[in-house]
Amino acid sequence: MADARDLLPSEQPVQLLDTSGRAVDHPVLPLPHKDRLLAAYESLVVGRRVNDQAGALVRQGKLAVYPSSHGQEACQTGAALALADGDWLFPTYRDTAAAVARGVDPVEVLTLLKGDWHSGYDPHEHRVAPQATPLATQLLHAVGVAHAARLRGEDTVVMALCGDGATSEGDFHEALNFAAVFNAPVVFFVQNNEYAISVPLARQTAAPSLAHKGIGYGIKGERVDGNDIAAVLAVLEREVAAARAGAGPRLVEAHTYRMQAHTNADDDTRYRDGGEVDPWRERDPLLRAEAHLKRRRVLTKARAARIAERAEEVAAAMRAGADADPDPDPSQLFAHVHSRPTPQLTEQAAFLADELSREGN
Amino acid sequence: MAERFTKTSMAQALNLALRDAMAEDPTVYVFGEDVGPLGGVFRITDGITDDFGEERCFDTPLAESGIVGMAVGMAMNGMRPVVEMQFDAFAYPAFEQIVSHVAKTRNRTRGRVTLPMVIRVPYAGGIGGVEHHCDSSEAYYAHTPGLTVLAPSTPADAYWMLREAIALPDPVVFMEPKKLYWGKDEVDLSTPAPGIGTAVLRREGTDATLITYGPSVPTALEAAEAAAQEGRSLQVVDVRSLVPFDDTTVCEAVRSTGRAVVVAEASGFASVASEIAARVNERCFHSLAAPVRRVTGFDIPYPPPKLERHQLPGVDRILDAVDDLQWEDQ
Repeated sequence: MADARDLLPSEQPVQLLDTSGRAVDHPVLPLPHKDRLLAAYESLVVGRRVNDQAGALVRQGKLAVYPSSHGQEACQTGAALALADGDWLFPTYRDTAAAVARGVDPVEVLTLLKGDWHSGYDPHEHRVAPQATPLATQLLHAVGVAHAARLRGEDTVVMALCGDGATSEGDFHEALNFAAVFNAPVVFFVQNNEYAISVPLARQTAAPSLAHKGIGYGIKGERVDGNDIAAVLAVLEREVAAARAGAGPRLVEAHTYRMQAHTNADDDTRYRDGGEVDPWRERDPLLRAEAHLKRRRVLTKARAARIAERAEEVAAAMRAGADADPDPDPSQLFAHVHSRPTPQLTEQAAFLADELSREGN
Repeated sequence: MAERFTKTSMAQALNLALRDAMAEDPTVYVFGEDVGPLGGVFRITDGITDDFGEERCFDTPLAESGIVGMAVGMAMNGMRPVVEMQFDAFAYPAFEQIVSHVAKTRNRTRGRVTLPMVIRVPYAGGIGGVEHHCDSSEAYYAHTPGLTVLAPSTPADAYWMLREAIALPDPVVFMEPKKLYWGKDEVDLSTPAPGIGTAVLRREGTDATLITYGPSVPTALEAAEAAAQEGRSLQVVDVRSLVPFDDTTVCEAVRSTGRAVVVAEASGFASVASEIAARVNERCFHSLAAPVRRVTGFDIPYPPPKLERHQLPGVDRILDAVDDLQWEDQ
């Protein structure tokens, strides 16, 4: 039985860079290597560009909806970069930047939001589960994937993402409990962005922090400044290593902020002041990383230009993908319900095909 | 591989099916509440942890959504989990996992992620169980696209249908009529598997067709026997595969007699029995001499033990419904 005191998160969220990009000493965690930070910075820039481009595509009517992670790019980049190739990432609908940082083609990520199909990419290709729209349900799948890997003797770690609102769902608690009981190598990474659509954190929990929720399950909690890519990377890499070594699951809460509305369909002026958002602008994860790397002369002008160019290429590919817009094939509606269509589905597919042929399609 | 020809209960047949599947395929894992050393509250997993080890057959924390959600993840990652929901009504906490993930994952991912998993649900009444232990919940699952839903009524079918369910690359909700767990039958387990999606004629007859499944099959057979004594020849079709549904066998049977009664324990409104009646009407109208009748449970929460006999379709109600099938012009 674990001693409850050993499970407590640190008093304050771990921070390795202050808001101006200066390194902050931490008693245990060193600053990640500069090359690692530079790679993370590139991923941050791409993630921000993906968010901005997706927002623009919504405004042009080319995407149905987009839940922006503007401001949360350090969490998403860190979650993806902390994993090895054989590991699994379980993202939510807001974690597009995480999926892209893991290597998923942004055009394929947008399949859901374009309305072509529910999930566009092959989850096995990069070991990224389909983005989950129901809240916290995917955390249990993460436990199952991790447990199956352990049963086969593999050293796979699973990074399971969710938001602050999801920590109120029953499946969050069942997932933490199952992971702990089966010692499954899962890092539960909560991006606490202060809002579940319109409902602020204070309405979500009376716990001292979300990271404290691990204690009830015997899971060590940790808190990290979610807008500090160095801290997110350092903490998640430590937790991934611990899970891989057999120490069981971990719970990490990132303190961050949803800079934009829940989605383009949401009006955040109905539930929060613009004045509340402003202080978070100076905590922007991208500007902080940039200031740090410039200060250390790691981010040269030439390098910054190359990174910006790559982000533009990604955005251009997203625009092209959105324009390509082939009409989805209606026959696909019946193709993947069962491994073999039932006689009833065969009948219904024939009905639809006939209807379409009469429409002249 | 089983090749026994012996007196076997459905509970033993299910146990044997799990063992044979686990012996053949190392990716088959069995878990749920009390399925380990206890062998499950109905003893379906009796001795499996002893014989296969606690990695292969294990107890979980008491949380049905957790059980099904973890099975989803294991199935995503190369395993074939077989999970037990302790009782029909205790499966409801897992409903979101079943409807939003188990049923949809193949479709969402266009076949890139498949979930070969079985959710075993001991279901229905007739055992004097208190509330929340006797629900006929099959319609919830049968209504959900993407799920295969099976309901065996004999030990031999229980064995083979569970083997087929485990081997299927799709998720299966396996409805076990708990009141039939202990009845023994001569069964030849070396006969070939029936094939998912096939109904079976349990009794030949020429005057009317009883269409039924799961716990109501023995009752329908009893009714047919009683009718025979009165000179009426009733045919009995055991649907056994609710999804996919075998329209061909059911409709051929109905066309051969021209009259049909659907018998099922679940409340009748918006039920599997209603679906069967509608399908028969749509397909066999010109062969029917009378409207299709349904004998089902009332539309009430499942009654307490001392009153449950009023809810269950019995021989008399079935025979009354048969009598109602417009044998003569009024």
